[in-house]
Amino acid sequence: MDFLNALVALANYVLVPGIAYGSQLALGALGVTLVYGILRFSNFAHGDTMALGAMSAVLITWGFQAMGLHLWVLPTALIALPFAILITIGLLLGTDRMVYRFYREKKAKPVIFVIVSLGITFIYNGITRFIIGSDDQNFADGERFIISARTFKKMTGLEEGLAIKTTQGLTVITAIIVVAVLFWFLNKTRSGKSMRAYSDNEDLALLSGINPERVVMITWIIVACLATTAGVLYGLDKSFKPFTYFQLLLPIFAAAIVGGLGNPVGAIAGGFVIAFSEVTITYAWKKVLGYMMPAGLEPDGLVQLMSTDYKFAVSFVILLIVLLFKPTGLFKGQSV
Amino acid sequence: MNETLKNTALFAIIAGLIVFTGFQQSWNAALLIISMGLISSIMALGVNLQWGFAGLFNVGIMGFVALGGLAAVLISMPPTEGAWSAGGWGVAGALVLGAATIGAAIVTMKRMAKGWLRTLVMLAILVGGFFLFRAVLDPSVAAIEDINPAETGYIGGLGLPVILAWPVGGLFAAGAAWLIGKTALGLRSDYLAIATLGIAEIIIAVLKNEDWLSRGVKNVIGIPRPVPYEIDLQNNAGFVERAAGFGLDPVEASTLWVKVLYVALFAGVLVLLLWLSQRALNSPWGRMLRAIRDNEVAAEAMGKDVTARHLQVFILGSAICGIAGAMMTTLDSQLTPGSYQPLRFTFLIWVMVIVGGSGNNFGAVLGGFLMWYLWVMVEPMGLWLMHLVTSGMPDGYWLKDHLIESAAHMRLMTMGAVLLLVLRFSPRGLIPEK
Repeated sequence: MDFLNALVALANYVLVPGIAYGSQLALGALGVTLVYGILRFSNFAHGDTMALGAMSAVLITWGFQAMGLHLWVLPTALIALPFAILITIGLLLGTDRMVYRFYREKKAKPVIFVIVSLGITFIYNGITRFIIGSDDQNFADGERFIISARTFKKMTGLEEGLAIKTTQGLTVITAIIVVAVLFWFLNKTRSGKSMRAYSDNEDLALLSGINPERVVMITWIIVACLATTAGVLYGLDKSFKPFTYFQLLLPIFAAAIVGGLGNPVGAIAGGFVIAFSEVTITYAWKKVLGYMMPAGLEPDGLVQLMSTDYKFAVSFVILLIVLLFKPTGLFKGQSV
Repeated sequence: MNETLKNTALFAIIAGLIVFTGFQQSWNAALLIISMGLISSIMALGVNLQWGFAGLFNVGIMGFVALGGLAAVLISMPPTEGAWSAGGWGVAGALVLGAATIGAAIVTMKRMAKGWLRTLVMLAILVGGFFLFRAVLDPSVAAIEDINPAETGYIGGLGLPVILAWPVGGLFAAGAAWLIGKTALGLRSDYLAIATLGIAEIIIAVLKNEDWLSRGVKNVIGIPRPVPYEIDLQNNAGFVERAAGFGLDPVEASTLWVKVLYVALFAGVLVLLLWLSQRALNSPWGRMLRAIRDNEVAAEAMGKDVTARHLQVFILGSAICGIAGAMMTTLDSQLTPGSYQPLRFTFLIWVMVIVGGSGNNFGAVLGGFLMWYLWVMVEPMGLWLMHLVTSGMPDGYWLKDHLIESAAHMRLMTMGAVLLLVLRFSPRGLIPEK
């Protein structure tokens, strides 16, 4: 029995990846939940908005790398991020002007918005593939690890190593900053308050002289920031591949619904719930149990509850359970 | 111009396009377009039942179609020798155990008083059941997958005629639809969309990874046909003689004849389903569904059970997609789980329904044929367009290569654009609902 080694193995394979993935999901779910709160539909195009934003960042990063611009030990993509956000803002505002506004003025049913957003999904996806192709693209550079497994072993003398990738650290820090700024904006500024008022009660907000088009515009701008940041962080951490972002839709929606659609705090909590369930259920526990169990009782198999191919099933089952027992989510969302 | 004339003209245009392809390219290609058009129309009928009649948004058509494909394998493939004795019963037992675990958890939930004890007992049942399930399942699966993995390595089918798989495919899809509908219907409309998106991804993941069931990405090939094989026809003296009577050589005649038989089979199914759908549309039941779609609150106030009707129509529509899925796998004679893409199997069908005219069965059929024709034609047209655009550029120039390479992705954008344009400017489609 070796408690310390078990703890380190657990941190290395479950905690660190879980926190990083959870932050990425939380950022994605925040975008979905904001669109839901203000525009009142589930935005299926969110995954591909992330893909498009990340693609812009990839292209700009390549440009900077070609110019010899580097950001010390950090990935160059960080300098590219603001520019990519600008592109995504332009794209989303353009889409809203050309597509969504028409249906908003007609007061179309939410399900029509969902169908329209599905159409947008495929156009975005087409643009992404058209420009960058459907292959894996690597755009991460700079230092790879904050602590590599070998340094950690040398430092502590333990058998197990703990590796923290730069991108993982960066993901968490960026997510904290973005969430802090977002909540400050929603709670303290005039625009943020008008957004919350509009989300709570549309008619009352209109009566109080809040301009709905302005609220919608601010929402899209924030969503563009969130989606691009989430897309770039996910791309840095794993790798950029247009197809994976469509598949991210399911965990992101699950996160938003688990937390309660329309509730930003819930979206963050939901992101971590989904991420940790996915990682713990698809992780092979052999190593951790091997250290924890008394000698002779170590497990023979991998002790993996489900193969990683079914990680989407995990978020789906959680989604079903929440829909069955608590459709408004853990934190009270708007929807029934 | 009256309505019947307009509709006939629309169908005539499609027929003309296909005949044109027949003369231009080959009759084999034209017949292939017709058979896939028929299958697409059936899928569109199913989606029209859900969306057009009841206003339900299903984004998981791909999953239901794939379940139909699985039915074709499980019904018609010959059983793998020794698979049942090696692990088949073990797998079946494990599945029963899994179902019993969930059942026990549900019973516990209903019988016990609410509280932490109930939660604890339920968790214990579920966790214990899961480990038991895995303990029984894993060795059986390994035993099945060990049997001649290069050729079989899966449980095999029942060796029954493949036509039987079509209704069974419908049943499979109906089962999955029941599960989804039971949880997601009665909540907000968006939830059904998200839940169906999820089930589709999971069904595909199961088909890709459960090698004992569907051989996974190794694909099942050579699914028996409901029609004769070309080679048998060519060896049949009577057939060769008749072909010669039409002035055709035996090889071409046999390929054409096989395709004609498929078309006849599929057309029979389509006509039957179309007739049933029309009857449903004009029945009191159909009127009730439309009343619910147009004003749920009013219909509920009139004493209609909205959630139950939604569940009913959702299951029926999905079953039709399952039937079409089984038919498609029969036509392909193979199940390739890797080829199920949401664009092709979910989104394209949606575009068919919207373009054809949601709420109108004939519209769905028209949309099915039209969009399938365009789907087949968009890629060569995109390539041609790209060659035109880049004709001024020198060979080997990076932009030219890139553009020509990307022509394949034109489909995504074209379909998205068609959907948005139709929804915006002609939301009622080509043949509007009456």
